[in-house]
Amino acid sequence: MTALVLQHVLKQASAAETWAAISTVALTAVAGDILTAGAMRRIGDLDLIRAKSGLPGAIKAVIGSPMFLLGVGSMAVSFFTLLFTLSVVDVSLAAPASAAMTYIGNAFAAKFFLRENVDRRRWISAAFVTAGVILLAK
Amino acid sequence: MKHTLTPARYLILLAVMLTASVGDTLLSHGMSQVGPVSIHHLGLLLVAMKNPWVIAGITLLIGFFASYLTALSWADLTFVLPSTAFGYVVVALLAKFWQHETISLSRWLGILLIVCGVGFVANGPSLTEHPDPAVLKAKP
Repeated sequence: MTALVLQHVLKQASAAETWAAISTVALTAVAGDILTAGAMRRIGDLDLIRAKSGLPGAIKAVIGSPMFLLGVGSMAVSFFTLLFTLSVVDVSLAAPASAAMTYIGNAFAAKFFLRENVDRRRWISAAFVTAGVILLAK
Repeated sequence: MKHTLTPARYLILLAVMLTASVGDTLLSHGMSQVGPVSIHHLGLLLVAMKNPWVIAGITLLIGFFASYLTALSWADLTFVLPSTAFGYVVVALLAKFWQHETISLSRWLGILLIVCGVGFVANGPSLTEHPDPAVLKAKP
């Protein structure tokens, strides 16, 4: 009973706190995705690297990239922020909201930071996937 | 030049979809056997590591990360991401046919939207072509 009451008290984050927490999850997730994707673009085609220097060579190329490590660090921060967020915000709001913000954020960030050609086809796809993820998490 | 993928690379994308979703489902199945882990009983996480479902789930998630990174090395992030979202569809279908959970109408609609979203990018180019001065110079 005490646990239930405590949980109730803990779950009362203000609207500003809720959205700050969710935005932090999404922002760190986007940073993680963009940094790892950017690192893989710099490292080059892993199939070619593996053909030339084997799996250990490919693993070394990936692990040796500071940009990749920074990306994984961002992903870790995002994961632990999500854990924290789930302890104060309902999962039915936090999970789909952060996932949706991450998808849209990634499309913008990929265009501006990775200079990817996000054409109309990819915008529509990002919008459909975002809407789909929100519906799926309901 | 339009970038289209070889069958082997579509297999990598398929691995991205399947390993993430099946891995999560196995992990969730294993953790439901282990029971709730609280901050005061973190030792239970070590017990969880001995559960065969949890081990299988973690193995698949390592496989996911490897295939995800491989895909990112030859395709755009905005091309690979919709396929990771397709994993949600696989999780929902696994929940229905393996765990016998019911799927509501709004979830079916969500599944349909994600499938359409993936279909939109799947036919397009997979990589943005950047004029690379070093490559241009090397050409005679």
